[in-house]
Amino acid sequence: MREKTFSALGLILSLISILFLFSITISLLIHGWSRLISPSFYASFPSRFPEQAGILSAWVGTVYVMLGAIFWSVLIGVPAGIYLEEYADRSSKIARIIEANISNLAAVPSIIYGLLALGIFVYRFNLGESILTAGLTLGLLMVPVIVVTTRESIRRIPRSIREAAYALGATKWETLFHHIIPYSLGGILTGVIISISRAIGETAPLITIGALTYIAFLPPAPWQDFIGMLKSPFTVLPIQMFNWVSRPQAEFHTNAAAAGFVLLVFALAFNALAFYLRYKLRKKYAW
Amino acid sequence: MSKVKLDIRNVSVFYGKKQAVKEVSFPVYENKVTAIIGPSGCGKTTLLRVLNRMHDLYPDISYKGEAILHPEGINLIDKKVDPLKVRMRIGMVFQKPNPFPKSIFENVAYGLRIRGINNKTELKDRVESALKAAWLWDEVKDRLNENAYGLSGGQQQRLCIARAIAVEPEVLLFDEPTSALDPVATAKIEDLIGELKQKTTILIVTHNMQQAARISDFTAFMYLGELVEFNPTEKIFVNPDKKLTEDYITGRFG
Amino acid sequence: MGLCPFNKKGVKKSLLSRLSFDIKKKLDTVFHLFFFIMAFITVVVTFLIVFALILDAIKFFTHEEAGGFPKSLIRFFTETQWTPTFFNKQIGIWPLVCGTFLIAVIAGVISIPLGLLIAAYLSEFASFKTREFIKPWLDFMEAVPTVVYGYFALLVVTPILQKFFSLFGIEMEGMNALSPGIVIGFMILPFTASMVEDAFRGVPAYLREASYALGADKVTTFFKVVLPAARSGVLAAYLLGISRALGETMVVAVAAGMYPNLTFNPLEPVQTITGYIVQVALGDLPFNSFEYLSIFAAGMFLFILNLFFNLLAVHFKSKVKGY
Repeated sequence: MREKTFSALGLILSLISILFLFSITISLLIHGWSRLISPSFYASFPSRFPEQAGILSAWVGTVYVMLGAIFWSVLIGVPAGIYLEEYADRSSKIARIIEANISNLAAVPSIIYGLLALGIFVYRFNLGESILTAGLTLGLLMVPVIVVTTRESIRRIPRSIREAAYALGATKWETLFHHIIPYSLGGILTGVIISISRAIGETAPLITIGALTYIAFLPPAPWQDFIGMLKSPFTVLPIQMFNWVSRPQAEFHTNAAAAGFVLLVFALAFNALAFYLRYKLRKKYAW
Repeated sequence: MSKVKLDIRNVSVFYGKKQAVKEVSFPVYENKVTAIIGPSGCGKTTLLRVLNRMHDLYPDISYKGEAILHPEGINLIDKKVDPLKVRMRIGMVFQKPNPFPKSIFENVAYGLRIRGINNKTELKDRVESALKAAWLWDEVKDRLNENAYGLSGGQQQRLCIARAIAVEPEVLLFDEPTSALDPVATAKIEDLIGELKQKTTILIVTHNMQQAARISDFTAFMYLGELVEFNPTEKIFVNPDKKLTEDYITGRFG
Repeated sequence: MGLCPFNKKGVKKSLLSRLSFDIKKKLDTVFHLFFFIMAFITVVVTFLIVFALILDAIKFFTHEEAGGFPKSLIRFFTETQWTPTFFNKQIGIWPLVCGTFLIAVIAGVISIPLGLLIAAYLSEFASFKTREFIKPWLDFMEAVPTVVYGYFALLVVTPILQKFFSLFGIEMEGMNALSPGIVIGFMILPFTASMVEDAFRGVPAYLREASYALGADKVTTFFKVVLPAARSGVLAAYLLGISRALGETMVVAVAAGMYPNLTFNPLEPVQTITGYIVQVALGDLPFNSFEYLSIFAAGMFLFILNLFFNLLAVHFKSKVKGY
């Protein structure tokens, strides 16, 4: 029967797509195996010799940059979401402009953010090719997702809870800080985790702002020299992978595969964590 | 003769251009229960929510008139009067129980906390007396730290009542408080209301005529946004002034 | 005499609590302002993007090495080579545009039919459990780092294609447009399959039932009823997917090619607008040099292109009938 063929075709194609994902994962794993199981891979700096080259500076850089990105995206994104849900009059011009603008920002290619950062942050604001600039750039990239998830979490809180708070004589900010924000924290956290999983793999904007592809030192630790850390040149994991995969020597491709697998595992882990959180949250609140 | 606690005068409420409440006036007597009855859509809940400035939260709703609170003689619904100050003195219990997703203790304590009361002992005492006054203390005294959502519907509603009375409001507004509850829970809350009136003034909206007949001292009957009749409850149910009231009471419509 | 909040039955409240009440109310204004400022910053970001692009694009077009304005603009749209980094500076944007669109078209050719069939299957045929299982994987495609896709395109897909084409005696270079095009095709399945499936789900059951009641089977119903009813949402999804493909950087940077090439042959290396920007950014980039300015000119062009597709998508999204 025609329906059966069509249905089977659809199923096969869906499975092929999933297979695509799996073949990527497996090829990374197999190809990079020799470096993945070697502990020195995670503790060494890049080197001219592929067997000795590692991702130390790359993953440390990723951690520092991501911390900055989380800071900026939450600082700007969560209040922006709160403003749109709790304060703005839906039909007002300014609210619609802000909303439309955020939707547009979500669809701007990440490399354009890199150009923004290069032209404005690196040079005109003089922040340099640094971890500070990188964190700020990725943070801005993450803002649209944070705004959307913040709004969704807040929207899920039923009107009756707000009215109960107001009826007791709470001010708007008291209702916000005592009720709305605590009850939507879980959803907001989920959004942050999803953004992290995407931002970890962002390469283009960071290359544009001048992330180095070969750095054999670690930025100063934030607890020792916070400002120094912010101003420091850096690299991140996806850039390190890009650097290795662009080399002609096949041995470096092994390193690239290993780095890629690590990246993929983290992206998957954060995604799964967000999924799990979302599931648990649905059960926690009676609504 | 009882004193008037809240004098409702010519109150009108508009949803955009549509008028939902039309120049309603009646007195609410101190330490008495006044019920507002009428068929669905007659504007009784809309009227109730004007009194604690709930409509201020929603931009499309406008209203005018006076709701004079005695003894000061302040018009509660004057735009110049801060809604916050109104809500500090007028409490509300909602149709569907809406406790906060917090512990039982914190639910009752919340109103006190935002009034600046943070002393542990004072909070404990006042929460306990509020829960006792709401006839809930014995059932929850051993689990004050448990989440309020673990309680049954009737218990949650009594918790909401405790929460409202903990801050000692001068007028307590009830918006169909038992419509979501089973008959046993309903009966308990009706009896509770009868006792609560000694400490505060109660205005209750109900779609259940028999409930109004059971628990209220005065009744206001509204229809299509207008006040049809206001009288002592006995008179409304035994010998109403208006034919429309009589038709409603005898079930000819509604 | 105003209403004193704590005044009941003549009990006087302390000055402190009355003061704190006023502070509480003022805080409302403070917070309102703070939240508004943060929200407004998002608008400022867009401003800064446009500002950064326009400023340096203008500098590019007025630069003497470009021939000054308006000659530079004419050259931009008429020359057939893009070599701002070479000694002999040609500034025709077409090779980059060509590479960008060639890859996007390949991605579309793969992704649109594939996604359509998958979406149709998921919304019309699959059981709840199957759908719940498959859909998250489709969305997960967005979470894979693009540089990983690039790796896969270069080191797995290209060799396979090379072997395939050699069977016909055709030689394919290590860098080409086909390989990244295919990979990007899979990469945009969250748009062409998942978002399209959402559009199908938006079509109400009663429309399908009317068709079934007339004796049509599911396949006919899908093509004749569901798809036309959902066309605005589907189109919006495709536009967003293509927009995404146009802006993709790392896959093409790794696997497509290192120099601009005006060609329609997918077996040849090409460079996209995004690939060019990355390539230049990897090198030394003195501020305000001609090479530096060239990436902003290219970026400006890309931004406008991307904006065009996004606005078109928004337009179609707004036409989605709320049944």
